[in-house]
Amino acid sequence: MDTLAPAPTLRPPSAPAAASSAPGSGPAPAAETLIEIDHVDFFYGAVQALHDISLSIQDKKVTAFIGPSGCGKSTLLRCFNRMNDLIDGTRIAKGSIKIRGIDIHRPDVDVIELRKRVGMVFQKSNPFPKSIYENITYGLKLQGVSNKARLDEVVEKSLRGAALWEEVKDRLHTSGLGLSGGQQQRLCIARAIAVEPEIILMDEPCSALDPVATAKVEELIQTLRTRFTIVIVTHNMQQAARCSDKTAFFYMGKLIEYADTRNIFMNPANPQTEAYVSGRFG
Amino acid sequence: MSAAATHPFQPQPSAARRSESAIFWLFRGATYFVLLCGAVVFLNIFVKGSRTVFQTQAPFVNTAFFTESPESLYVFQWQGQKMELGDKEFRAFKEKNPAAANVKAESYVYCAGGIFPCIVGTVLLVVGSMAIALTLGVSAAVYLNEYARDGTFIRFVRLAILNLAGVPSIVFGLFGFGMFVIFFGWNVSLLAGWFTLAFMVLPVVITASEESLKAVPKGFREGSLALGATKWQTIYKNVVPYALPGILTSSILGIARVAGETAPIMFTAAYVVRDKLPWQVDHFSDFFFQGVMALPYHIYVVSSKIPQNEYTERVQYGTAFVFLFIVALIATASIVLRSKLRNRYKW
Repeated sequence: MDTLAPAPTLRPPSAPAAASSAPGSGPAPAAETLIEIDHVDFFYGAVQALHDISLSIQDKKVTAFIGPSGCGKSTLLRCFNRMNDLIDGTRIAKGSIKIRGIDIHRPDVDVIELRKRVGMVFQKSNPFPKSIYENITYGLKLQGVSNKARLDEVVEKSLRGAALWEEVKDRLHTSGLGLSGGQQQRLCIARAIAVEPEIILMDEPCSALDPVATAKVEELIQTLRTRFTIVIVTHNMQQAARCSDKTAFFYMGKLIEYADTRNIFMNPANPQTEAYVSGRFG
Repeated sequence: MSAAATHPFQPQPSAARRSESAIFWLFRGATYFVLLCGAVVFLNIFVKGSRTVFQTQAPFVNTAFFTESPESLYVFQWQGQKMELGDKEFRAFKEKNPAAANVKAESYVYCAGGIFPCIVGTVLLVVGSMAIALTLGVSAAVYLNEYARDGTFIRFVRLAILNLAGVPSIVFGLFGFGMFVIFFGWNVSLLAGWFTLAFMVLPVVITASEESLKAVPKGFREGSLALGATKWQTIYKNVVPYALPGILTSSILGIARVAGETAPIMFTAAYVVRDKLPWQVDHFSDFFFQGVMALPYHIYVVSSKIPQNEYTERVQYGTAFVFLFIVALIATASIVLRSKLRNRYKW
């Protein structure tokens, strides 16, 4: 069943010494690489969307992908849980993507198991037209969990984890679509964390939200960073600056610069990056 | 006053304005004309049919018409009175009055008794064929919309399905006769009728089901797959339930068509007359291999085979009335079910 990881647990023993050093300060502490992208070329049919991308995403960090529309940042994100498999004619022509050292396109990797470990939150919040409770338990029920007490526990834990519990605890059995836009997106985050993934991919999670709802989601990302590795695609540069440890800037399907967030915004090495983060284009 | 009349926004007579109102009345007229035609047909059936279906004394409904089998009607003069008696009544009358043994009576086939076997037959045909059509149709629609990759072949399949919708029903009847009745050796039977009718409505069911599946947002599928669901789990739990109201809409149209078609069943399932009711069979399996009477076919038989007169008209309009009523009943049930589902899954 556990096709992705040979070890009994995917989580490495935590290293408290490394965790104590503040993120983004000085030389990177010995953070472990979780996702290793190695010289990836990606095609939609005949159109090349990603050109020779290489970067490594670190465990228990928030990594932001920024760049103008069509730069390939969402495409790369959707490679991590192989959501691109759903689109006809897509292929990775070259290179590999490894999660914990395992190439996720290996024939013995089951995409179902992969997606259980790599959760995703979409640009357009997509709560299912079911009750809030059913939304949260959807993933667990797929895995065959039917114990009511266990489900109740997970619902509360996930909603608390997504900072939504206080707002919805009295109406768990009403439709998830009755919530406001920001609440819906947090419900989707709660649904994703309910299956205890290791990585959460967020594809422009706040692009349809007002500033207050956005602030709540960002706050939530700050609390989730201790438990999950988060990769977030965003159009909003302030958002990347506020909530990420590392930032990758993409342009025209190429990775232009990848560094600590502070460096990307304060001291970019590449003139294109500087032009973008200072708002001169994009 | 004249200053007010020359403001810049006053209407200017022009060809565009004239044609605007002409077009409006053309469209409105066309709509009302269609409405009028429908109303005339329904009123005609309602008024003439209600004379058969309803009666002036309690219980105000002609129960015999709903509960008995068709019989011959005998009309004769007796002691200066005009008598109208059904087959059984007439025989009992002759036994009671020996003098009437040789009375000269005119007989009209199927004009007495009721249409109970036809009602039963039509309901059985509708239920069975819709079950088959929905099973096959929804499966095919799920395959076409969720699994199949869009390509030349799939486009060809879709085109073929659409064309099938335009095939005249008599052709389906002949197909069913050749395929099920002769080749499979099912004879004139419920089973043959079910499959023939199901094949006739399949194009409608498939096309409409596919449309309703398409209307389910992609986000529901992606959200489900991203949580580690398999494709089938996603379809079963998170796509088909939301498409059901639309699928039911198509099946309502299907029901009306299945119930009303005469041509497909006249060679495959319908009997002109049958004494036994469908459940009066020796073995359970015989149930599927028996022909039945059906409302539309009964209307056809009564209307075409004998000279028209007031007695046949009674049966025709009464049957048509009951037929419309039953179709309306089944359709209403589906609509109620649909709106319940819609309220449950709204997005």
